[in-house]
Amino acid sequence: MTTTAKALVMSGYGINSEMETAVALMRAGMASDIVHINDLIAGEKTLSDYRLLVFPGGFSYGDDMGAGNACANRVRNNLWSDVEEFLAGDNLVLGICNGFQILANLGLVPAFDEDRPREIALMPNRKGVLECRFVTLKPAAENLWTRGITHLYCPVSHGEGNFTCSEETLARIEREGMVAFRYVRDDLSPAGGEYPYNPNGALADIAGITSADGKVLGLMPHPERAMEFVNLYDWPTRKERLKREGKPLPSESMNMQFFRNIVAYFRE
Amino acid sequence: MASYVHRIEVHYTHDPRLQTRTGRYRSLGIPLRELHLVDVYTIATSGRDFSPEELSRIGAQLSNPIVQRYSVDRPTEADFDYAIEVGFLPGVTDNVGTTARQTIEDSFGFRFGEGEAVFSSQLYLVVGDLTPGSRERLVAALGNPLINRVHEKSREEYGEKGMEPVTPFVHLGDLQAAGAVDLDLFDAELARIGKEGILDPVTGERRGPLALDLAQLHAIQDYFRRLGRKPMDVELESLAQTWSEHCKHTIFASPMDDDVPRGLYKTCIQAATNTIRKDRGENDICVSVFTDNSGAIIFDDEHLVTCKVETHNSPSALDPFGGALTGIVGVNRDTIGFGLGAKPCINIYGFCTGDPDTEPPLFRARNRENPILPPRRIFEGAVSGVGVGGNCSGIPTPQGWCYFHDRYVGKPLVFAGTVGVMPRAHDGKLLHEKQALPGDLIVMVGGRVGKDGIHGATFSSEALDPESPVTAVQIGDPITQKKFSDVIVKEARDLDLYRSITDNGAGGLSCSVAEMARESGGCHVLLDRVPLKYPGMAPWEIWISESQERMTLAVPEEKIGAFMVLMRKRDVEATAIGTFTDTGRCVVKYNGETVMDIDLDFLHDGLPEKHLVTEPVTTAYPEPEFGCPDRLDDLLLAMLARKNICSKEFISTRYDHTVQGGHVLGPVQGSGRVQAAATLTKVVPDSTKGVGLSQGLFPTYSELDPYRMALAAIDAAVRGLIALGIPLDAIALLDNFCWCSSDEPGRLWQLKHAAFGCYDGAVGFGTPYISGKDSMFNDFSGFDADSNPVKVSVPPTLLITSIGVHPDVTAAVSMDAKFEGDLVYVVGETGEELGGSEYLAHLGVEGGTVPLLDIEAAKVRYGRMTGAIERGLVASAFPVTHGGLLVALAKVALAGEIGMDLAIPGGMRSDRYLFSESPGRLIVTVAPGDREAFEEVFGGDAHLLGHVGGTTLRVSAGEVLVEQPLAAMEAAYRAPFGGY
Repeated sequence: MTTTAKALVMSGYGINSEMETAVALMRAGMASDIVHINDLIAGEKTLSDYRLLVFPGGFSYGDDMGAGNACANRVRNNLWSDVEEFLAGDNLVLGICNGFQILANLGLVPAFDEDRPREIALMPNRKGVLECRFVTLKPAAENLWTRGITHLYCPVSHGEGNFTCSEETLARIEREGMVAFRYVRDDLSPAGGEYPYNPNGALADIAGITSADGKVLGLMPHPERAMEFVNLYDWPTRKERLKREGKPLPSESMNMQFFRNIVAYFRE
Repeated sequence: MASYVHRIEVHYTHDPRLQTRTGRYRSLGIPLRELHLVDVYTIATSGRDFSPEELSRIGAQLSNPIVQRYSVDRPTEADFDYAIEVGFLPGVTDNVGTTARQTIEDSFGFRFGEGEAVFSSQLYLVVGDLTPGSRERLVAALGNPLINRVHEKSREEYGEKGMEPVTPFVHLGDLQAAGAVDLDLFDAELARIGKEGILDPVTGERRGPLALDLAQLHAIQDYFRRLGRKPMDVELESLAQTWSEHCKHTIFASPMDDDVPRGLYKTCIQAATNTIRKDRGENDICVSVFTDNSGAIIFDDEHLVTCKVETHNSPSALDPFGGALTGIVGVNRDTIGFGLGAKPCINIYGFCTGDPDTEPPLFRARNRENPILPPRRIFEGAVSGVGVGGNCSGIPTPQGWCYFHDRYVGKPLVFAGTVGVMPRAHDGKLLHEKQALPGDLIVMVGGRVGKDGIHGATFSSEALDPESPVTAVQIGDPITQKKFSDVIVKEARDLDLYRSITDNGAGGLSCSVAEMARESGGCHVLLDRVPLKYPGMAPWEIWISESQERMTLAVPEEKIGAFMVLMRKRDVEATAIGTFTDTGRCVVKYNGETVMDIDLDFLHDGLPEKHLVTEPVTTAYPEPEFGCPDRLDDLLLAMLARKNICSKEFISTRYDHTVQGGHVLGPVQGSGRVQAAATLTKVVPDSTKGVGLSQGLFPTYSELDPYRMALAAIDAAVRGLIALGIPLDAIALLDNFCWCSSDEPGRLWQLKHAAFGCYDGAVGFGTPYISGKDSMFNDFSGFDADSNPVKVSVPPTLLITSIGVHPDVTAAVSMDAKFEGDLVYVVGETGEELGGSEYLAHLGVEGGTVPLLDIEAAKVRYGRMTGAIERGLVASAFPVTHGGLLVALAKVALAGEIGMDLAIPGGMRSDRYLFSESPGRLIVTVAPGDREAFEEVFGGDAHLLGHVGGTTLRVSAGEVLVEQPLAAMEAAYRAPFGGY
């Protein structure tokens, strides 16, 4: 279940989840290089050597001037043609949390056309503070990212994840099946905007969307932070139940399917 | 001076935080209708101007067109009644301004030069008719006069022109040279230099306290007489830093009475560790203790983990956000500066403040001037500072606590700690060892040097008084630090590009360079090489400045090229500022002139010895008399709503505790989300091991019995980890003493006995200290509303932090009751020990017997608990601490969202049994099928109280004492901080 395609996991300037993201990909069967953005700008590393570009979670530039904005400016000011070329190829781009904020500011999602204007925003959470807690996500579309996933259960940890866009944009995103994941209740019924199931006030409970061509995904929650069974918030209860039923403990969590899907794309 | 100034204002079209922000200030009693926020960027350049098109381009980059609008050199249009703009004072760290500047530089391909900058500020537009009094309160809540400038305008004054652009550049006078200081003075004048500082020949003012006493000044006088010259100001300031209580810990180092001739540190703390390590022999878990910036224990065959807990109290009293932020990013550097650099992987915190619902009228000056910040402001600021520091640095912050007491109103305590992880060796080289060699270059890495924090170290050794220098306040810059942390720990270390590293904390370069100079045997510093934030600083200021986010490294000459290239590539400023030598001297030059040249031996060891004398304080108090109600329902609810017991979950969810992917048992546990006593985190992805952390402190026990207080703190910290399944022999401790009035013999006696407790507790459990810190003068001296002098001293506070390595996290146990029918036990004995308890504090009753730990019994019990958890016999475990048994039972039930039906034994008055804080106890729930095996392990030490089930907590002793629905208990538990 491995691929020879390689991932570039971006680092630098306050990006901070590059290591666990690389571990998640590795466990799913894909090797990656953690590359400092300055090494790309200086030409010491080349984006075209990779098939997956990941903007991992973090606090690039401390979220000053709007989360992801300053880092997006750095990409746009220095790497834009490389990124455009990468997008034109048979490649994938993943942005998690701060990475999603960067993708949104760059217009890589929803990217209805090649001009890629900014169409969506991840505003400050309705409560006005960072929110770190486990959320349940349900796929809202069948695509390469969501295949075989009934739900994800992983942490959000952000101050600005309150998804918003114009009514027209929302209608188009929904119509074209670009909503990848929504926040739901424990029983997988819609969160309906209700805190804490929808942790930030996101429009239509949207936790992640893809680009129009499906090759770019932006996701607020962090599946890479709950790769293992023991990372799950409620694992002690699950463990106690399994134990009494005489069943073995799993080592992985359901969230690994997300990374396996990425690897599967490159194997096909 | 900037010739071109432009102002860009950014606002949300529909601000998602409007309601929360408005609600927050309304909850402070300010009857505004709406509080809008506009982000302002003031761009000041002199070399070039920006065209209108260019300014639009900048505006677009500073904002988000989907949800925000910007205006250039034009005020934001809105309906409002007052405008209040809050910006920074000159020289205060402005992270947002810096990021905006970098974005502009990146976009236009030029660099801002000297006298050019971007300044950020916040413009608040207030809707509502406020009285002048309310407006004043609002201004006080929005800005802090020590760091902020505030400008107000009415709607009319705002008019069509809006607010004035303000460019808070630092302006300093002419360059100051170093000067000699005459110490041939009478003692009174000499003492004044120690107390108030060197008389500045230019300004005619004192430069701020050196905190050197007469004996120390005489030693310096003698030294320079022998040299046959006057000391330079740089030398005096440097000695004051190195000899400060903060750096040399004189109170812990000095002989005390007749029974502690080697001082408390060597006799109690270090001796405990030495004894334990010797007893353990090959099973010693310690790798590095006391000597480095953190302590370290073995994690597994390949890794070690480090830990350090610091306090940042005085700055947090003045600017709680900046103080706490600086505290946490500062202790992160104790991790980066451990050995050759460990990776920070867990942050921990603790806050002691006054009751946030009170506003004590205390002032730093007479005539109600310079009021203290109210406890709520300090508490919220500190909470926010630690959060921003950890969140922005990508370090999870799972573990922490808050403790409220009226005696923390003048001086809060802000504890910040960091755990690090590093390989034990790389290419055959042990990474916890380091040594600068003669010829190595002294390299300063990270932020630039400004006047921030000058006299910070000496300042925190003095009680807060009206002359506290404002330069003691500084704001951290986590991103600058994150940049060098990444490049050092993740790249340069394993490229073997440097030989030694330490952080620039208290005392700045004067301490870090002089400390590393001991490794090589000397140093030669060229002070004019140090990059400055602004021109005009005097040499002594550059040498002792505590500007944040800096490390000092020893880089071999043959590697300096590669080192500098790597730093440049990572956008990290690094500067060679001199050379390590073996001359035995600390030599500092400035513009060719020698401004310091003293023996390293004198600098580090010339400090005259003090002999401390203590005076006993009574520890025997009568048992207080009070009645016991028939039913304890109201008492239970009142206890759950006590601020030291209730939920502070708003902190846990605001602190990222999942980054780095190691979350196993977090700050809140169970479906009912109750705050846990300990947390468990994986720090090496492919290992089954994890790092457990817990903490213990009982400040209310201190005045009654400091020895028992120390034992209780150690036990609580240890027991938190035992409950997770961590064996006693995998646990190490850290001590943080935050004492008061440590020049008073009574306080010193309490200190001595707490230290004795520290020895007995650690040796009894076999849990070594690996690091510690003390802060001895946590006293506030000021005035009440009638200008009467007031002194408020913190209760003597000892924080014990425990760090332990869990052998297999899949076997770990959480605190929540699991399933209907499970059995509920209390393991350990309950005594009538209510002195210092939360129960007596609730009743407002004083005195009583402080709980005494039976350490031998506890040790046996903890060993059994480890075995029972390893065998899977324990469904949940939770230590009984503040509030006693009934509170702990309620928390276990609330966490599991399931009731309990329990009966307690007779023989003791029910309230005493249920609220006693006897140490050593755990609440354990057990699956019915495991009953026999569990009881066999513990024998008579496990007391079966009843079983889990239903939706109420019911406790009886013959008759029903308590029967409360979970919902009522949860409401009480969450009430106090529900609005935060």
